[in-house]
Amino acid sequence: MRIGLFVPCYVDAFEPEVGIATLELLERLGLDVEYPFDQTCCGQPMTNTGCHAEAAATEALFVRNFTGFDYVVTPSGSCAHQVREHLTAIPQTPEVTAVRERTYELVEFLHDVLKVEAFPWARFPHKVAYHSNCNALRGIHHAKPSELNAPAFSKPLDLLAKVSGIEVVKLARPDECCGFGGTFSVFEPAVSAKMGYDKVADQARAGADYVVSADSSCLMHQKGCADRVGVPLKFIHIARILNGATA
Amino acid sequence: MSIEDQPRLSEPPAESARGQDGRPLQHAEAATKPVAVKAPREAQPRGAKIRGDRPIDQAEAAERFLAAPLHQAAHDARLWDLRTKRDTAAFGIPEWEELRELASAIKTHTLSRLDHYLEQFEAAAKANGVHVHWAADGADHNRIVHGILKDHGARSLIKSKSMLTEECGFRHYMATTGIEVIETDLGERIQQLDDEEPSHVVVPAVHKTRFDVAEVFARTMGTDPENDDAKYLAESQRMHTRPLILEADAGLTGCNFAIAETGTVVTCTNEGNADLSGNVPKLQIHSIGIEKLIPRIEHLGVFLRLLSRSALGSPITQYTSHFRAPRKGTEMHMVLVDNGRSERLGMEEFWTSLKCIRCGACMNTCPVYRRSGGLSYGATYSGPIGLIIDPTFNKRKYSTLPFSSTMNGSCTNVCPVKINIHEQIFAWRKVLAEEHQIPLLKQGMMKAAGQVLSRPAAYRAAIGAADSALKVLPRFAVYNPLNTWGKAREMPDSPGRSFHSWYKQNRMGKKAGAKTSAAKKDGAS
Repeated sequence: MRIGLFVPCYVDAFEPEVGIATLELLERLGLDVEYPFDQTCCGQPMTNTGCHAEAAATEALFVRNFTGFDYVVTPSGSCAHQVREHLTAIPQTPEVTAVRERTYELVEFLHDVLKVEAFPWARFPHKVAYHSNCNALRGIHHAKPSELNAPAFSKPLDLLAKVSGIEVVKLARPDECCGFGGTFSVFEPAVSAKMGYDKVADQARAGADYVVSADSSCLMHQKGCADRVGVPLKFIHIARILNGATA
Repeated sequence: MSIEDQPRLSEPPAESARGQDGRPLQHAEAATKPVAVKAPREAQPRGAKIRGDRPIDQAEAAERFLAAPLHQAAHDARLWDLRTKRDTAAFGIPEWEELRELASAIKTHTLSRLDHYLEQFEAAAKANGVHVHWAADGADHNRIVHGILKDHGARSLIKSKSMLTEECGFRHYMATTGIEVIETDLGERIQQLDDEEPSHVVVPAVHKTRFDVAEVFARTMGTDPENDDAKYLAESQRMHTRPLILEADAGLTGCNFAIAETGTVVTCTNEGNADLSGNVPKLQIHSIGIEKLIPRIEHLGVFLRLLSRSALGSPITQYTSHFRAPRKGTEMHMVLVDNGRSERLGMEEFWTSLKCIRCGACMNTCPVYRRSGGLSYGATYSGPIGLIIDPTFNKRKYSTLPFSSTMNGSCTNVCPVKINIHEQIFAWRKVLAEEHQIPLLKQGMMKAAGQVLSRPAAYRAAIGAADSALKVLPRFAVYNPLNTWGKAREMPDSPGRSFHSWYKQNRMGKKAGAKTSAAKKDGAS
């Protein structure tokens, strides 16, 4: 099985540890992982802003980089959602649709494709609040959203349950958006930041030491908000915990 | 600022809101919470500035709303309470998701044969002795209603809450005619007395605190400005308005559902005020948006089960009234209003917004709406449903609204008729960008971002080599010379090097040995 690793631009720039953890974790699970060296971005910043034409060249580059893999795996629900649902600014050739269909977010890849039973190396003896990125939750169906009258499930919590010592706390508003929203965070900064303050307050009140998410973008925003209002929370991507980070 | 600085809301007093069996009522109408902090009072933030057709600056108005923390906290808590109660009510019905599916399908069916059902409705209404009128737009509606009132020499009109009449600017129009209009819904009456638009489709004054209402009533009705007791305020309004209702020459209601088969207008209220408007005066008028049609009475039950549960978390509204034919000695008119609906029906990506039953669930769950207040949208329809309806009325003026969203999708999941609201927000952004209805700065930034992100070398140069990363990263992160990120948030730490350079250093050209060394490092990353 040939895996193409997609490291989103903000992970590449701000959270290289998340990319490293993802790569190492997939390799530990015995996979042949390649990192196409000319990769940049999935096109989401432009598409999210309505600028599809402006995203076309970036999308084409993405497809060129990731053609031919059995799976494309990325540690971001938001980017996986962009590729699967919104990479439409270029003609939908068989090559393009193949890349789109084969793109998986890390949690769903571990949970649904590899069906990983155990992470014997993973131990995280902390109280954590899990944060669902909205695209991961409602776009690629990581878990049952709180609005729906349907049987409960959660892929990320299933995986975290296999980590020894971890305790997941309950939030008052479990899947309320944290306000990042891609370019929303810079175009509507006041509302975005207020949503972030409320989110980190909820996590802190619930007794969390760490906030865990499958998306670095939300974590980066929440960390910026927590640091600004002086909430002593730490933020860590799920890939690092599953790969054995202990703090 | 600390997180504990947030204004707190106290629990509702135990004696208020008990049902006939003595148990405290749990549904949302019975559970407003007073703001615990008494002083200092905080002025109510006003809505978006309207400057003709110029794009609404929702972000600016939202920022002013956020600068009034008592109002913002009360607003957020009140609407989140509605959302929570909606969940409880919805989860109490095992077939809830099936009902949503069914309601959506009934609307699809009806809207795709709307001409047929409208003609059927008109014929049935006429057979019932009702005068039926057709209005192409808001101005037409206002002229028709004014004409009916003039013909009867009416000097006053009582009306129940109707978003359609808001859409038509009816109250403003009538102010020029000398005929007095009296809103009978409590929240809508508060808004009328304060000369402000409703901020929410179901709870129009939800952005106001009790202090604000006490101030408005003191100013307009002479009540005690220091008394913000809800019972006192509601009773004062009742005593003030009741004589006006009894003396009114005509009454007007909106319409929640119009049944094609029988020509019936159905209204759903909790105050019984539509019944007063419809049943007290000798002349009654019902304004109906043409998308309100459903084929038969048997379909009504599906929507009634969804409407109030979605809106307030109560099983049904206190009053569900069927208006079909004039009472003896009275006259009944129905005005069927298009006002852009036919055009919207032809929009491939947006026509399903016509399914909306105006329950407000999308607004209650919207994290942006709860933190910015309905008036910040500067439009008749605010919140998620507003973002996708408003641009159909005026693409330039409301071009900014589809961007006032994080597209988190909660709205879509609570919608009782399954409108894919957040996907339509996404689709509107594309339409607006293609038609250059977004700011040049924004489009220019996206063009620049697209050029950098599609060229690996340019991208690598932008995020910088390891040692220069700190200097370059923040700007790259926000694609934005104004650094709006840093105003309210700390900048992310620079990691010192990108994943890309780590990979180059650790993995390129020594692939064979890399796996082992990487595995050993785990746990310390």
